[in-house]
Amino acid sequence: MLSMALTIAFALVAAAFVMSLFRLLKGPSAPDRILALDTLYINAIALLVLLGIHLASPLYFEAALLIALMGFVGTVALAKFLLRGDIIE
Amino acid sequence: MNLLLAVLTPFLGAALVALAARRGRALAAWSAGAVAALALLLLLPAMAASFGGVTTIQRLPWIPTAGLDLAFRLDGLGLLFALLILGIGLLVILYAHYYLSLEDSLGRLYAYLLLFMGSMLGVVLSENLIQLLVFWELTSLSSFLLIAYWRRREAARRGARMALVLTGGGGLALLAGFLLLGEIVGSYELTSVLASGDILRAHPLYMPTLLLVLLGAFTKSAQFPFHFWLPHAMAAPTPVSAYLHSATMVKAGVFLLARLFPALSGTPEWTWLVGGVGLATLLVGAVIALFKHDLKGLLAYSTISHLGLITALFGIGTPLAAVAGVFHIINHAIFKAGLFMAAGIIDHECGTRDMRRISGLWKAMPHTATLAMVSAAAMAGVPLANGFLSKEMFFAEVVTASGKLPFGWLLPVLVTVAGVFAVAYSLRFIHDVFFGNEPTDLPRTPHEPPRWMKVPVEILVVLCLLVGIFPAQTVAPLLTVAAAAVLQGPLPEHNLALWHGVNPALWMSMIALAGGVLLYFGRKPLFTLHDRVEGRLDARAIFERLLEDALLRTARRFTAAVDTGSLQRQAALFIVSALVLGGSGLLLAPSPLSGTRALLPVDGVSLMAALALVFATLAATALHRQRLTALILIGAVGLVVALVFVKFSAPDLALTQLSVEVVTIILLLLALYFLPQETPAEPSASRRWRDGAIALVAGSGATMLAWAVMTRPVDSIAGWFLENSVTGGGGTNVVNVILVDFRGFDTFGEITVLAIAALGIFALLENLRLPAPTHDAQGRVWDADLHPLIMATFARLLLPLALLVSAFILLRGHNLPGGGFIAGLITAVALIMQYLANGVAWTHTRLPAQTHPLIAAGLLLALLTGAASWLFGRPFLTSAFGHAGLPWIGHWIGEFELASAMAFDLGVYLVVVGASLLILINLGLAHRASTPVGARVKEARN
Repeated sequence: MLSMALTIAFALVAAAFVMSLFRLLKGPSAPDRILALDTLYINAIALLVLLGIHLASPLYFEAALLIALMGFVGTVALAKFLLRGDIIE
Repeated sequence: MNLLLAVLTPFLGAALVALAARRGRALAAWSAGAVAALALLLLLPAMAASFGGVTTIQRLPWIPTAGLDLAFRLDGLGLLFALLILGIGLLVILYAHYYLSLEDSLGRLYAYLLLFMGSMLGVVLSENLIQLLVFWELTSLSSFLLIAYWRRREAARRGARMALVLTGGGGLALLAGFLLLGEIVGSYELTSVLASGDILRAHPLYMPTLLLVLLGAFTKSAQFPFHFWLPHAMAAPTPVSAYLHSATMVKAGVFLLARLFPALSGTPEWTWLVGGVGLATLLVGAVIALFKHDLKGLLAYSTISHLGLITALFGIGTPLAAVAGVFHIINHAIFKAGLFMAAGIIDHECGTRDMRRISGLWKAMPHTATLAMVSAAAMAGVPLANGFLSKEMFFAEVVTASGKLPFGWLLPVLVTVAGVFAVAYSLRFIHDVFFGNEPTDLPRTPHEPPRWMKVPVEILVVLCLLVGIFPAQTVAPLLTVAAAAVLQGPLPEHNLALWHGVNPALWMSMIALAGGVLLYFGRKPLFTLHDRVEGRLDARAIFERLLEDALLRTARRFTAAVDTGSLQRQAALFIVSALVLGGSGLLLAPSPLSGTRALLPVDGVSLMAALALVFATLAATALHRQRLTALILIGAVGLVVALVFVKFSAPDLALTQLSVEVVTIILLLLALYFLPQETPAEPSASRRWRDGAIALVAGSGATMLAWAVMTRPVDSIAGWFLENSVTGGGGTNVVNVILVDFRGFDTFGEITVLAIAALGIFALLENLRLPAPTHDAQGRVWDADLHPLIMATFARLLLPLALLVSAFILLRGHNLPGGGFIAGLITAVALIMQYLANGVAWTHTRLPAQTHPLIAAGLLLALLTGAASWLFGRPFLTSAFGHAGLPWIGHWIGEFELASAMAFDLGVYLVVVGASLLILINLGLAHRASTPVGARVKEARN
């Protein structure tokens, strides 16, 4: 049961990943791309968590945690750049 | 190990004195004096022993595999020089306290002076030649700092550079000479070298060895034709000149001649080279000295001349001549230090050193005049002063040597001529300055200097007279042990006495005295002649022309030809040559591309990630001209790479990659603010095709290489690390154990580099205020909301969470993925987030503005953790670990591991936090122009 759920989850997250990637490549505006990158971060977290469940190992969760943390900061920095240009002022 | 300690004392003391100087000039002087006295105290036991003929040798293993020890030696010669260095050093420290004006930093002078003192001590107390050379170069470097002490003056900087180029270049020749010497003898220890004189002289490489060693000695001792740096080094403050040009720096060259005397002397080559150069220097120096109007210039050329005299004595090569050489080293150090100090007093009191302006100072400063006169008498070689005795010995040796040579009669004549000039310039020094009419247009009104400024000169003058009148009772024991150490054998019969009867040497002295007086009073026609030829042959002009035109211009032309400053061209050249070299190897190699390893299965998600990577990379390449877009795409590339690391079981790498990714984005955004938003287009389509082709071929090449390596079974050292990680380093996370234990020394080097880079960037960014653009790439003005409320609130919430994650990653790093580096980056990012969302002013009211102390603390912690293992007799950075439980609460948290590596990792953490913050924040502050400071502060208050 779990393995089937995992397979479906993997497929769905992968599809989300591909769609975010499409928005990232297509744009057309900078906010579109930043949002796409942020969504990619979320998809990556999902992938890592799924992989952890699949392999029954907690080792992957730190990477997911770090993406959650770092992805947020990256997005904020990019957004601040769009807003003000100067990110540390 | 007191020799090692004595040499190290001034180096450590330099830092202390620099700190002490902040609390006042008197404390700086006292502490500098205390450091020199302490070094002297440490040497006392070995010094006492050397009077009994015992050579103290102490050693520490240095590079045992190369047969090199850190070895120190104190024998008679070392004793003599150590006494000069420290004794005159103490006097100079006292003198400098009164000499330097209040706006000059006394602490800096003392720190440099002590650095130099330590280097000189190292030179004269080294047993190992390589080690001697290290200290030799240190004297060049520290004298550079000393000469350029008044760094705002162009003359000081040029003089310092010239001294550094010449003595440093000589040091390189000396290194080559020492290497030859060591290879011929089979050991770099002085004891063996000194005992191998016969082997050396018979060796086919004797001549090159001799030439190289002499080049080092001659440049250092300002021998003709390398003499010209010394007068320009007079741009230094006078205490520095008194120290460097009487007892120390220039004496290092003659020290070397004396030190290697038993090993290299005794051949016609030695006699001609050393004797010839010495004689030429003696003459040239003496003649030019007479015509110098600058007091210190006169003394500088006189120093050159006296160094020539000493060199000539060693060149003559007989044991008796060597004794005389050592004697003159002592005498010259004493009277020349006194003379420089007297010249400094005159300069200090009159505001000028030009002898054409100074006259009749006798009335204003009779005490100083008396002191200067005695010293000048010693310089001239007047009986009853110490200079007379060694000069007599020199004349006697020259007469003896002249009997054996063709045209030998010329020698005494030339030497007497030099003596005539020496008397004349000494007389000029006294007569021009202290007699004649009252001075009229001096910048200051001269009077006697402070009491204690004269004390060092008085001590030296008393020594001059004591040695000059009672040589046998005063200097004889010191001279005996020093000369015995130079000769490494029995001492020849010599008689230190004032009166030797009427002999040729006495006649030469008398002629020199009488001739000198005549020459001085009949000098007018000579001066006219000199003024006419002056400037025709200016050594400095030649040197600068050689350096500027020949060397620098050639170097610049070569650089311009190789490096056009175009990154594209550089990269293309680099990649194409890699392709040609690598490709030819690949084509010529007979082995197949694919190895025997079975391929791993592919799953859908991995395939998807790989494709995402490819597309994101392609898009970044295609859109690279829009810089922000390219940056976002690269962010995606970094993310997928991190996923790949996770997939291939490298969680540490993944964590590092993720943290570095964000820091990179912030860094590039900071830079992007000043840059145009788009890169300029490539000039032509053909260029694009060419670059594309190169990139494609290079990429395929790299792929093929990776393929070839990965399809073959690899036998690496990874297995060893996996087996020894727990037993050797006490951690189960091999990556971390490698970083903090197995290769801990590398890590220590890396964090040091990181710290230096951060400080370098800080220094570069200081005072940099770039104009900020007023609108974005699309021409829209920036939003007025500096720190949107939602963002600021969320950022503050994030901080404790991020710090928790960071602490977690740091603590468990030794056993599970994580460690100091990653944790440091997380903390840095979390803090930078506060700057991003809340602003600099807000953050700086809560955090220290600069993180230098953090970096220093981290480095110190890492260093101390490493050094702590020495206490247990283990090599640097051996880690210790054990398990411990806590009382009371231990029941809940169980046992946990304690490893010394964790303290080291904490050091890494601190350095990373400090360095990242320092770099990013200061880069951010370069934007300050965009909002006025007042507005930011006001906003922070709201």
